[in-house]
Amino acid sequence: MTASSAIAALWLPVARRFSRHHAAIVGAAVLGVLIVAALVAPPVVSALGLDPAATDLARRFQPPSGAHPLGTDELGRDVLARLLFGARVSLAVGFSAAFATALIGTTIGLAAGYFGGRLDAVLMRITDGVIALPLLPLLIVLAAVDPEKLGLPRAFAESESASLYRVIFIVALLGWTTVARLVRAAALSIRERPFVLAARAQGAGPWRIMRVHVLPNLASPIIVATTLSAGHVILLESVLSFLGLGIQPPTPSWGNLLANAQELVWSAPALAVYPGLLIFVTVVAFNFVGDGLQDALDPRETRT
Amino acid sequence: MTRFLAARAVQSLAVLAAMSFAVYVLMGLMPGDPIDLMIAADPKLTPEDAARLRAIHGLDRPILARYADWLGLALQGDFGYSRLHSRPVPDVIAPALLNTLQLMGAAFVLSLLLGLPAGMLAGSRPRSAVDYAVNAFAFAGISLPSFWLGILLIIVFAVLLGILPAGGLGIAAGGISETLRYLALPVATLAVAGIAGQARYMRSAMAETLRQDFIRTARAKGASETQVVLGHALRNALIPVATVIALDFGALFSGALVTETIFAYPGMGRLIYDAIMANDSNLALVALLFATLLTLIANLAADAAYVALDPRVSFEGRDA
Repeated sequence: MTASSAIAALWLPVARRFSRHHAAIVGAAVLGVLIVAALVAPPVVSALGLDPAATDLARRFQPPSGAHPLGTDELGRDVLARLLFGARVSLAVGFSAAFATALIGTTIGLAAGYFGGRLDAVLMRITDGVIALPLLPLLIVLAAVDPEKLGLPRAFAESESASLYRVIFIVALLGWTTVARLVRAAALSIRERPFVLAARAQGAGPWRIMRVHVLPNLASPIIVATTLSAGHVILLESVLSFLGLGIQPPTPSWGNLLANAQELVWSAPALAVYPGLLIFVTVVAFNFVGDGLQDALDPRETRT
Repeated sequence: MTRFLAARAVQSLAVLAAMSFAVYVLMGLMPGDPIDLMIAADPKLTPEDAARLRAIHGLDRPILARYADWLGLALQGDFGYSRLHSRPVPDVIAPALLNTLQLMGAAFVLSLLLGLPAGMLAGSRPRSAVDYAVNAFAFAGISLPSFWLGILLIIVFAVLLGILPAGGLGIAAGGISETLRYLALPVATLAVAGIAGQARYMRSAMAETLRQDFIRTARAKGASETQVVLGHALRNALIPVATVIALDFGALFSGALVTETIFAYPGMGRLIYDAIMANDSNLALVALLFATLLTLIANLAADAAYVALDPRVSFEGRDA
């Protein structure tokens, strides 16, 4: 058996189980469309003769038309172009923060589960403590910190990308607990398996065992937990941006588009519908895919 | 069991202490401390003046010493003044807390009244139409951004229909019906996530319980399906549900913060948000710690409920 057919033999049943999960397939398709739309937004938007930043005060609050498929906002900017560019920001922040969350969670969960004992006790007490905190108020405190007072250069603190990095950082700083708990539980059981004992008997050190034997077997819980937390993370980004603490205008993100729309709710209620709908659809899609992956990757667990 | 709960209480105090220090440090890292504001208000103030002012107010001392001072006073019940409201901090927090408890209490009761029966119905009839409908609603409810829901409700009931107010508090107008009219949209916004979550928990707990042996025994002795669900399964299914509901208090508080911001509702969430934005550190610190304390108490209640409700659970001989 060649290496590629071995991989196929391993993943084909997973793909088959996943494809039987209809909601997960729909979720994956929706995410695929959103990601492609975000990736091709710049050339497509300019090919349509649109510009997310171009203001036109003579054409404010236009209804949908051929020139502006979803109409224009309070400055005459094209709503569709802003939603597509907002998708780039919201999805990029969501994926990066979910990745950072997975990285922190995996490190802590693996250390706690593999080494056990006192380290496990300390790390899990910290995890319990973080879970017990009121999440949103704490995110607001972290988002309001002045980067210059942390010693970061002013040029960076005032740059457009600073608000992106900050949101990713603070969401990951408080969001890792779910991944950590799942990874810890899985690592606890894997470290007692015969192949780990065999590796230890052959003289493999803890780092090698963790890297070569334990971590690859944690792929399933990590993938599932990361997918499920991606939806949660996108909600957190949008709520922070909605409160004016996440992605700063004029850079559009779904959260700050919605914040802007709330102020215009009496003159242009339709503006509030699109960004929220996109957030909602994205979060539902991530949750569906996460559920499907859970069923596909862990067939032993029968779910109700 | 008492030892277990005592250990959890000590742990909660440690979290509270760590939180108070972390937030104290973070508040100092925000733009616009009192001296920054004085400099902005008075262009004649030189950097030397600013340094002297910092020394007078003790702001040049190490952060640990300043924190120790704050903690000493706070433990004696002196929480200082709110800069934003020019009143003692407890006087500012008390009315906001009452408003928030009213909002959260109403949303919580509503979610219990709707979420639990819906979950029970769905869980006792797996794969029925009711089950699929409740499951779909619950899935939508937990994915729905609450701030979007709030805006949609404002659009429908305030902008298009014009039958409910878009925000504020109905106290000035007086009358209980007016208060309820102002509460309707915020409570609905906040309750949806709770209804969805509790329906989900109850549905899976009920389905889980109905698969157990004692249910088969009850059916075998001829109990009707209603008797089985209400008389035998419900009490057992409620044990895990009570725990998760108590653990959800933090999420309820976060939801209240967003809801209060959308509807300009003068509660704790909005107070914390405004205090952080205005760098009113005394107020923000105490209000945040109060919110943390409430969340920790809810978590302790979840632990206590778990032990008290389920006689099979024992923590004897287990280190917490």
